[in-house]
Amino acid sequence: MEKKITLPLTKKLAKTLKAGDRVLLTGTIYTSRDAGHKRMCEALARGEKLPFDPTDATIYYVGPTPAKPGQVIGSAGPTTSGRMDAYAPTMMKVGARGMIGKGARLPEVIEAMKEHSGVYFGAIGGAGALLSKCIKSAKLIAYEDLGAEALRELYVEDMPLTVIIDSEGNNLYESGRREYLQGK
Amino acid sequence: MRKIHSDIIRDTVEKLCIEANYRLPHDVRYAIESCRDCEDCAAAKGILDDIIRNYEIADSENMPICQDTGMACVFLEIGQDVHIVGEALYDAVNEGVRRGYDKGYLRKSVVADPVLRGNTGDNTPAMIYTEIVPGENIKITVGPKGFGSENMSAIRMFKPSAGLQGIKDFIIETVENAGPNPCPPMVVGVGIGGTFDKAALLAKKALMREIGTSNPNPFYAELEKEMLAKINTLGIGPQGFGGKTTAIGLNIETLPTHIAGMPCAININCHVTRHKTEVI
Repeated sequence: MEKKITLPLTKKLAKTLKAGDRVLLTGTIYTSRDAGHKRMCEALARGEKLPFDPTDATIYYVGPTPAKPGQVIGSAGPTTSGRMDAYAPTMMKVGARGMIGKGARLPEVIEAMKEHSGVYFGAIGGAGALLSKCIKSAKLIAYEDLGAEALRELYVEDMPLTVIIDSEGNNLYESGRREYLQGK
Repeated sequence: MRKIHSDIIRDTVEKLCIEANYRLPHDVRYAIESCRDCEDCAAAKGILDDIIRNYEIADSENMPICQDTGMACVFLEIGQDVHIVGEALYDAVNEGVRRGYDKGYLRKSVVADPVLRGNTGDNTPAMIYTEIVPGENIKITVGPKGFGSENMSAIRMFKPSAGLQGIKDFIIETVENAGPNPCPPMVVGVGIGGTFDKAALLAKKALMREIGTSNPNPFYAELEKEMLAKINTLGIGPQGFGGKTTAIGLNIETLPTHIAGMPCAININCHVTRHKTEVI
């Protein structure tokens, strides 16, 4: 039922993923949300480099709770992706390909995904305790002053995700609902 | 006149912040589990199973159910025969929030200014709602509110001629607009009447009322049932991937209003609808 995939998310791998696919994702991902994206895009506008190599990278829209002593990370579920729509096309332009979040995306993000073979994965919103279990390491890499919004490098194993929008622009939010209602 | 020291208020708020974020209330669990049993889409059932597994892990491992541990909405019902001694009341509440969010390893999600931003670093200030009631107790409810769902809320000042149908259409329109964004299955709080601001407050209060309880007025109790059933024919489903369970609860609160108006506010919450109360 579930496809196991290993990062980086190359163009070739991205093209094999279809909206509605359930995947177990393993590899290194980067966390960023509102304030982090703003800073990264400002850095790019100034011609500076990003704190990580964006080539074939996957970004998880998350602001985790602090880790308790002995924990790798606290609760770490997805935040609403739409707030990153203003930045996502810029991130894809410099090579980032995967996005993990929840909620609808704007048409211009979907267009950028089609152009750059981007993939939008959904993690279960509100399941932060469950999702924290597949995060095996977490390292702060930039913007520490942003607290929960700082940039972190995570290593995840078998992270349970669903492809919401694929590189051809197919959208599970539309097809899932349509198919459910048609089946009734 | 009963004296209550502000330290007790502070310590109660601290405890409620942690408890509310670690343990999903029984009414919400019951609603999710009932919906899971009634769900007629296999994939949606699987998502509801994961949601149940998530709050069970949070409970057993003492960790936040969701990483958005919210803005601390603190409702105080203060008996008019209570004399609070010690610190200023709001300082005590904010200190309780500060300590709770620190000791509980909860996320600090508050910025000091809506436009200029800048995280305050301790999740204060709390949003405090104070009511004076008869008696000599203080009832404290902490409802951490996540913003993925808060952002999908809406308010409209209807003309009275819009009538009941206007309200019904607005509820459906707001849930449709919310779609997959507020982490469905959602809880819908509806406030009708009062003034612009009071309608919004009623909607927030509706979210604090236990799911499964009804508005005492049979007309609104019936409307609650009807609108919840209607929302669950939209097909949005858990996480917006399609399915029956789009909402697990819908509560309506009302107030009298002006001859010229019919305000209606809709506050959306996610399946991690948290509220914890203690009376001191």
